[in-house]
Amino acid sequence: MKYVLMFVDTEQFAADLAAMDEAERERAYARVRQWFADHHDKITHHAHLMPPDTATTLRLDRGEPLVTDGPFVEGKEVVSGYAEIEVADLDEALRLAKSWPACPVVEIRPIAS
Amino acid sequence: MTHPSHAELARVVRDHAGRLTASLVHLVGDFAAAEDLVQDAIEAALTHWPTEGIPQRPDAWLYTVARRRGLDVLRRESRYREKLTLVAWPAEPEPDDRLRLIFTCCHPALPRTGQVALTLRVVCGLTTAQIAKAFLIPESTVGQRITRAKRKITDAGIPYRIPAADELRTRLAEVLAVIYLLFNEGYLSSGGRHAQSRDLTDDAEFLAALLHHLMPTEPEVAGLLALIRLHRARAAARFDHNSEIIQLQHQDRSLWDHQVIADAGRLIARAAALKRPGPYQLQAAIVACHAEAERWEDTDWTQIVVLYDMLLHLAPSPVTRLHRAIALRYVTGPAAALREVEALADDLNGYHLFHATRAELLRDLGHADQAQAADERALTLTANPAERSLLWQRLNWT
Repeated sequence: MKYVLMFVDTEQFAADLAAMDEAERERAYARVRQWFADHHDKITHHAHLMPPDTATTLRLDRGEPLVTDGPFVEGKEVVSGYAEIEVADLDEALRLAKSWPACPVVEIRPIAS
Repeated sequence: MTHPSHAELARVVRDHAGRLTASLVHLVGDFAAAEDLVQDAIEAALTHWPTEGIPQRPDAWLYTVARRRGLDVLRRESRYREKLTLVAWPAEPEPDDRLRLIFTCCHPALPRTGQVALTLRVVCGLTTAQIAKAFLIPESTVGQRITRAKRKITDAGIPYRIPAADELRTRLAEVLAVIYLLFNEGYLSSGGRHAQSRDLTDDAEFLAALLHHLMPTEPEVAGLLALIRLHRARAAARFDHNSEIIQLQHQDRSLWDHQVIADAGRLIARAAALKRPGPYQLQAAIVACHAEAERWEDTDWTQIVVLYDMLLHLAPSPVTRLHRAIALRYVTGPAAALREVEALADDLNGYHLFHATRAELLRDLGHADQAQAADERALTLTANPAERSLLWQRLNWT
């Protein structure tokens, strides 16, 4: 089955990352790169997103398309990236997500077939 | 032909429903479809068996109906039809597959309400109507919970298998939590229970016994089974003929089932020998201290406090601390116990037993007015009729 792992950043995680010195931060990024390398056979696609202040949201259900600045949900927890994976079942997806070394929340959603 | 009793019907259906579902999942390769077929067969059995009697081979009867329904419903799906026609019943005896069934129903990706409803229906063979009646909720709500849970199993790819060794501990804890919730639900409502309504404590004991049979070396499973049996062994003494609660110290201990209590004690000892203590084993050991005391005065309170300390070490909780304080009253006296209880005020202010316990201790220490106020507060916090009645009596005495 195909799933998308949505990586969710929290304010605390962003603050922790910001408080790291250069070397610590590089080690954190290296752990993430290693995770992608370790599981490359199961990951079909992945991306890291720019922060929510770069987002632009368009509403199409209120007559004229309405363009607004920012994400569609303002929240303390924001999706910061995703990976599309192909695994046998939810338990395998969970196992993969449990080993994720970075942000503290991962949402697992099956891709509609 | 004698007409089978309500309890006998429930028992026979429960003994076969889970096995049949497990076989059919194996056969048609689809959990939701297999579950539908078995539920249809159970509904048919509950229509026919009360008047026609329970057939000699209830498993073959249920299988034949499920298979016939399967052929009707799945006529378009040749894949299922071929599989269903291929297999004759009784099939070769195969290993009991109900463990997979239990772990699937209690998968942590399902909400607790869905886990509970699904386990009762799939593993114990309850109908949607029986579950609704047992929990005093509308049938449509139960139906919706089951439909959603089954859809999630299919759509989210929840596997039909026993978890791997490294996940077993957390996954088993989830299953035990479902069984314990069922037991508590049944136990707390047992006072005013209608004779015809389902005894959920019986289903909880069935599930714990089944799990113990399938996983004999898991000490927490044995602990939960012992805990349930120890409570049920004393059920006959818990209420008087007016459905009023009889407190432990006033219960007629000759009404307890001492054989069951002795067996549960041995079960706890065997579990303890596996040297992996856990919250259910400790709770069972605490209940055993009460059950094994010949008289109220013989209760080993020192041992109970020690067991509560171990339990708090493994699973800290304010409610457990409250229970420890109650035991402490008989070891170091009401003043020390009251100090412990008062320390829990922030956490347990909304819990009726906190105020009821405070009331008892205050009364012991001669503060009748404060005791009365605490009892009144407890009364506003519980809806359970038997507990309300007990608190009322106490208010009237003082």
